[in-house]
Amino acid sequence: MPVQLQSKLIKKEQLKPDIFKFSLSAKEITDIVKPGQFIEIRVTDGLDPFLRRPISIYNIDKENGILEIIFRVQGKGTEILSRKKEEDLVDIIGPLGYGTFKFEGYKNIAVLGGGIGVFPLYELAKNASKSATVNTYLGFRNKEAVVVEEEFEKISNKLVITTDDGSYKIHGFAINELKKDIEDGKIDAIFACGPLPLLKAAQSLAKEKNIPCQISLEEKMGCGLGVCLGCAVEVVTGGYEHVCKQGPVFDSNKVVI
Amino acid sequence: MNTEVNFAGIKMKNPVTVASGTFGYGREYSQFFDLSELGGIITKGTSLKPRPGNKPSRIYETPSGMLNSIGLQNPGVEYFLEYDLPWLKKQNTAIIVNACGSTIEDYVELCKILNKADIDGVELNLSCPNVKAGCLAFGTTYEGVKEVTSQVRKVLDKPLIIKLTPNVTDITLPAKGAEDAGADAVSLINTLLGMSININTRKPHLANNTGGLSGPAVKPVAVRMVYQVAQAVNIPILGMGGIVNGDDAIEFMLAGASAVSIGAGNFIDPYTSVNTVKGIEEYMKKHNIEKIEDIIGKVQMN
Repeated sequence: MPVQLQSKLIKKEQLKPDIFKFSLSAKEITDIVKPGQFIEIRVTDGLDPFLRRPISIYNIDKENGILEIIFRVQGKGTEILSRKKEEDLVDIIGPLGYGTFKFEGYKNIAVLGGGIGVFPLYELAKNASKSATVNTYLGFRNKEAVVVEEEFEKISNKLVITTDDGSYKIHGFAINELKKDIEDGKIDAIFACGPLPLLKAAQSLAKEKNIPCQISLEEKMGCGLGVCLGCAVEVVTGGYEHVCKQGPVFDSNKVVI
Repeated sequence: MNTEVNFAGIKMKNPVTVASGTFGYGREYSQFFDLSELGGIITKGTSLKPRPGNKPSRIYETPSGMLNSIGLQNPGVEYFLEYDLPWLKKQNTAIIVNACGSTIEDYVELCKILNKADIDGVELNLSCPNVKAGCLAFGTTYEGVKEVTSQVRKVLDKPLIIKLTPNVTDITLPAKGAEDAGADAVSLINTLLGMSININTRKPHLANNTGGLSGPAVKPVAVRMVYQVAQAVNIPILGMGGIVNGDDAIEFMLAGASAVSIGAGNFIDPYTSVNTVKGIEEYMKKHNIEKIEDIIGKVQMN
């Protein structure tokens, strides 16, 4: 059940010129959160920007009740959020989303992320690594965009980094590296988050190879609670489901993206 | 101190309700507070048959507000009666069902069903800007509103509230249509038709191109329209449009609203509606107001 908290910003780190990591004190949330869930942040006490910002959860420290998020400054809301200082209170609601990453039972999983889509995959990979072999494939635009490489290195049995322009590690798309390992028969489930072309490629790869694939989606969101029905996603059976309710994680065979 | 209101024959413990489409059927917000703290709940717009809603993107944030084009996605009245109403009945608050349709026959059929249901009233949605057929087609003229209202009135014994669109030249005309056809109350305003364009792709942000604007950005328009309608009709008004706290609610009541609805304000803080109840009580204390009903329409014009 989600709760609203005035959560203390314990630690703020600037990972890149436009990427920030916040460690928030949020025991009521960390006690119950599952990999794939998100929080909604009200960035101002005022009325503009009006809506909360949905932000994925990067890492959970259950023992200390600390929730970590990493976000990129994309617009007015995240820009205001990035100006928060340590010790400030942050108005958050969470955990949100009922569609979470279901990794139990799989022995060899592939984690596929692109750009800022790598962040919601960390908590999943960390938890899955306790019971499964985790191969991680992360794609970035260029060398400057590569983030949280060391963190993924620690929890992955294999970590592949690609850059679109070849300025760091492997030149090309992360999914092409994943394809090779699937052909070697090493993968029994895919977990993906990233830009739409990556998700579409993961969806068709999973279908072609008949491998289960769970993808984390985003859509413009109003309430985050399943009330406003704003964040609709078309489903193959007809009609719509919602990122904040049945998602954000969906079976890739179920959605039209 | 007495915050009770008798709104169109519906007894409410306070004048604060939640607006259709911003509160679902109540379950999600009941995770945060006891729904009995509210005067009433206006349900999500409910139609005779399930509606899938519009293609995404369906919402876009604008300065101090938002555009939406949800398209009345809902599971249909039968599902509501079976699944949501029994639960809602236990919440100890007034239940008003927002009813929407595409033809007069739809509205009549739906209200026949609702007349037998254990609910406190019906809000007839004649004003959704996001669906092609129905709704808005009836809601913009005196004759259109009068026609649908009188047909529905024949089959509905429960309190009947007509929800009006602000997308008209003179909102007092459809309001009079509702009154003349025997409606018990009017509610206003529904959203203002708006549009927002992505300057990089040159396409509108909403898949449906246009959508309804709500939130504090529309509040002065809503207050003005509530005032105008209050001068024109003798039936009570449910006022809404950008209310986020008790002061906003009082403003609507001074303009002539007998009760108010919290809409988009629910999205920015799940406690907006209950905090509005508290804010009204604080205002009453500060101004030595014994009965909240005493301030309705008490604006003193310059």
